[in-house]
Amino acid sequence: MKTDALISMLASGPVAVDPRSASHRLMWAAAAGFGMALVAMLALLGPRPDIAAAVKLPMFWLKLAFPLALAVAACAAVSPMARPGGRAGAAWLAIGAMLGLVWLMSAVLLAAAPAGARAAMVEGGTARACLTSIAMLSLPGLAAMFIALRGLAPTRPVAAGIAAGAVAGSIAAAVYALHCTEMAIPFFAAWYVSGMALPALLGAVVGPRLLRWT
Amino acid sequence: MNLVEDELRRLLLLARAGDNKAYVGFLTRSSVALRAYFRRRLAAFPDDVEDLVQETLLALHNQRHTYRATDRLTPWLYAIARYKLVDSLRAHSPRRAVEVPIDDDEPDGGMLVDTDSGAAEARRDLLKLLSALPDRYRLPIALVKLEGLSVAEAAQKAGMSESAVKVGVHRGLKLLAAKVRESR
Repeated sequence: MKTDALISMLASGPVAVDPRSASHRLMWAAAAGFGMALVAMLALLGPRPDIAAAVKLPMFWLKLAFPLALAVAACAAVSPMARPGGRAGAAWLAIGAMLGLVWLMSAVLLAAAPAGARAAMVEGGTARACLTSIAMLSLPGLAAMFIALRGLAPTRPVAAGIAAGAVAGSIAAAVYALHCTEMAIPFFAAWYVSGMALPALLGAVVGPRLLRWT
Repeated sequence: MNLVEDELRRLLLLARAGDNKAYVGFLTRSSVALRAYFRRRLAAFPDDVEDLVQETLLALHNQRHTYRATDRLTPWLYAIARYKLVDSLRAHSPRRAVEVPIDDDEPDGGMLVDTDSGAAEARRDLLKLLSALPDRYRLPIALVKLEGLSVAEAAQKAGMSESAVKVGVHRGLKLLAAKVRESR
């Protein structure tokens, strides 16, 4: 087949596409991930029993707002990373700045606390449950994000996988915050962040394998 | 070179809104740019150039929804070309892939000096690969994309629903791209 013939073949018939379809795919995947994580949390863990009182505490909202802000930044990263040649410098920077801020706050609080209390501020009482729950709650969202990405064309599959994992992980962390009763920032900085990092790591590992396109 | 950028972008945006003539213009201009791009990087394998041009045109078509109208177009186009080039070099020999400069985004002057046309024949025959696709993909592509029937006419002729014809064209061209990748 000559190239001219291929061109006229490709250009005949209906050629219109919805320019928003790529963003819509990703938005639906993130929304589905949120829904599935919420249902799984309510069914398997339940909201914290004192939630009516907790909503009056600033830390309750901080624990919710931080992962949600991270989710927004991760969505802003995944959209360009899903496209050939896409760059997401500002979004990656925002993610880094947010992590830096929460670690800085944690360091300040730990430095101000008496030496004997520091370990308890980090360890809390539910560290392992926090880590594994956030990672597990992120899996349906990670799968949804990868299904969406497989209909797109990332040229840097490791970075695309990290961004997809960061979206799924931060959404799962926001959902888990409705269940978790830990109220110390150092706990959050250690275990929530680690829980979110696991799906991002998984995304980086499976990205090159699953995100090939033609 | 902003002229090329602006022109290609204008043509693709028109094409995505349904303008077939603009789409021919987009693909033709892209093919000239791609031929220059691959020829420069595959000096030792000139026979591979037209295969890669065609493979990349198919990818531009299948991925045309991934271009974001607020971005520059040529980095998108050359990122697809580079992806295809690296993929093809890897398939031939793992060592050759190392020689490709990964980060050269160059919407460069090659497309002006290039004078050859799309009458070039690739070594791999896409029509042969197309004819080996299952009927539910092959028929919609043959009727709509080769014979130029409307979706409604093609649906009637093939005894399929209109949406099956549309889906068949879309998935069929993706499957064709996958077959092309396997065939090398």
